[in-house]
Amino acid sequence: MSSMGRLSQEQIVFGLALLLCAGFALALPGFLTTNNVLNLVRSVSILGILGVAMGLVVIGRGIDLSLVALMAISVAWTLNLIGGGMPIAQAMLIGLAFSLIVGAINGWLVAYAEIPAIFATLAMGTLIYGFGRYFLFSLDVAYMPERANSLLWLGQGTLLGVPVPIFIFAAVCLAGYLFLRYAKSGRYVRAVGDNILAARITGIPVRPIVVQQYVMSALIGYLAGIVTAASVASMNTRLALSTYVYDVILVVVLGGIGLSGGKGGIRNVIVGTLLIGILLNGMTIMDIQYTVQNVVKGALLLTAIVIDTIVNPRDEQTAQQGDI
Amino acid sequence: MRLFRTLLVSAAVALGAGSALAQEGINDPTRAPYYDAFAGKRVAYVPVAMGFDLTEGWAAGLRDALEPLGVTFDIRDPNWNTDAGAQAITALISEKPDVIVVHNPDVQSYARLLKRAEEAGIYVVQVNMRSSYSTDVFVGADYVGMGEQIGQRLVDVCSPDKGKSGKVAITQGVLTAAASIYQMQGINNVLSQHPEIKLVSNQAADWDSTKAKNIAATVIQQHPDLCAITGFWDVMDIGTAAAIKESGKDVYLLTQGGGNRMVCDNLANGTFSESVVYFVPGQARDMATMIKHLLQHGQAPGTTKTTLFTPLDFLTKDNMTAASCWDMPSNG
Repeated sequence: MSSMGRLSQEQIVFGLALLLCAGFALALPGFLTTNNVLNLVRSVSILGILGVAMGLVVIGRGIDLSLVALMAISVAWTLNLIGGGMPIAQAMLIGLAFSLIVGAINGWLVAYAEIPAIFATLAMGTLIYGFGRYFLFSLDVAYMPERANSLLWLGQGTLLGVPVPIFIFAAVCLAGYLFLRYAKSGRYVRAVGDNILAARITGIPVRPIVVQQYVMSALIGYLAGIVTAASVASMNTRLALSTYVYDVILVVVLGGIGLSGGKGGIRNVIVGTLLIGILLNGMTIMDIQYTVQNVVKGALLLTAIVIDTIVNPRDEQTAQQGDI
Repeated sequence: MRLFRTLLVSAAVALGAGSALAQEGINDPTRAPYYDAFAGKRVAYVPVAMGFDLTEGWAAGLRDALEPLGVTFDIRDPNWNTDAGAQAITALISEKPDVIVVHNPDVQSYARLLKRAEEAGIYVVQVNMRSSYSTDVFVGADYVGMGEQIGQRLVDVCSPDKGKSGKVAITQGVLTAAASIYQMQGINNVLSQHPEIKLVSNQAADWDSTKAKNIAATVIQQHPDLCAITGFWDVMDIGTAAAIKESGKDVYLLTQGGGNRMVCDNLANGTFSESVVYFVPGQARDMATMIKHLLQHGQAPGTTKTTLFTPLDFLTKDNMTAASCWDMPSNG
């Protein structure tokens, strides 16, 4: 195995993506056309946006299992408010504020109450779904009201021939990259994720940084939710109960952001998203059954992880306490 | 003379009694037993989940029909969780309500429980999605027949004789749902006799509009001359419609559902081309009628198996009327 050198998981996955891409391009006529590639990226751009949100949290050695539930409920509530006659901007502000507050509570639970992130956010996801369905609205699916048709552009429009969701995905990636690279608090995220005790000794305000991660995740999640709602003119709150959040984690982990924190960046999310996109698109063109697609997806994740473990074996120095 | 008096008196008495009777009126002999049959009875309803048009519509219809008669109507909402649904039915079997109305998530999961419920003396009414075990009553669409009709519509709309490409795509919900299995059987029955119609994609979108949209976008991309897509649920097909709209292509979208107002709105604005509707308030009424029949009859549960297939409407913009769709009950 040493002949493979020290390839990072990101490079391995990127290689896999290229390989798949080349394979599909040869085998499937119409795969490597401009339109199909645009369609491919568009179909995974929401997943990618959520991947950035999840990635930021995971880099800070957390995990946000409430991401999709919060997105679904806050956006569905927004649509219900608009449907009830509230001005669009006001409804969106209320939905966003709700989302941010829940994000902050998540952060508080993890940073101050010191509950492990996986439990705090798992419970929060369930709580939010139940709260939303019981107190905020009663129907599963919230439709985009006629009045809010101007929002549809975010999900269905094109700019210079390129679907708008792709631009939003790119913008979120760029913002995330700039944040991690240049913002002071962005650098702190990585420091906290790498070694929280060392970070604290150096004088980094560890707890506020953790809260900030979850608030950012809620913010990006809300944006992803609005794009989802605009893209299919509705928001199905059942997403909260689906395995969608694991798809998001799949993208993050596949791209090579270790769950032990401190590693990786936005590029990993992009690579992971592209691989999933190529895979789903190719399998849909080949008309492979949905259940079989899940088998392929799961097997691919395991393969990527196995290759990573072989190429980058864990030792006492790299292994950290708190690995999930 | 004595005899005459006796006759006169008895005639007078008979006349008096007769007129007294006439004042009280004649009792409807079925009225009291009718109400007695329902007083204090209990009906429990286990849908796959509350919160969407079908299950809310059935609940509202059943409640309206049964509660005024003094029947208690309970909802157990497993919220898409088959295990929770199975537990709810298990608990109900020991609580012994008089009737369980169940909406199966798939053909297998509840089959044994439904049999046990009947053995425990509870009538079981199944709605719309059938279990592999037949109970007292099934009310719902004839999905095989529905599939055949849909297949025929696809042939009619897309036949190359009409200058169309003959290419069609199907978006199912989950592959194990009775609705999907039986409908595919029906569609295949028809398409197998029409080799000119080509099924270019047959995918499951998990009842999710985002997945449906991505599948439709890819299929349209790959087959720009695609003639029609048929989806198995209107809520999911909102996503399919968005993909068609974005592609700018003229693809015929044949969807299906319970005929909620949303469908008529979307037919009117061109989002859907056509929808196969099984009218939910009608189904609720069928169920309520069968429940009344069973409770009045008092036969042992499982004695008879009645199937009531719901009539299907193929709604388009042109043939729909204001009464074609129904509105969600406001308390829903």
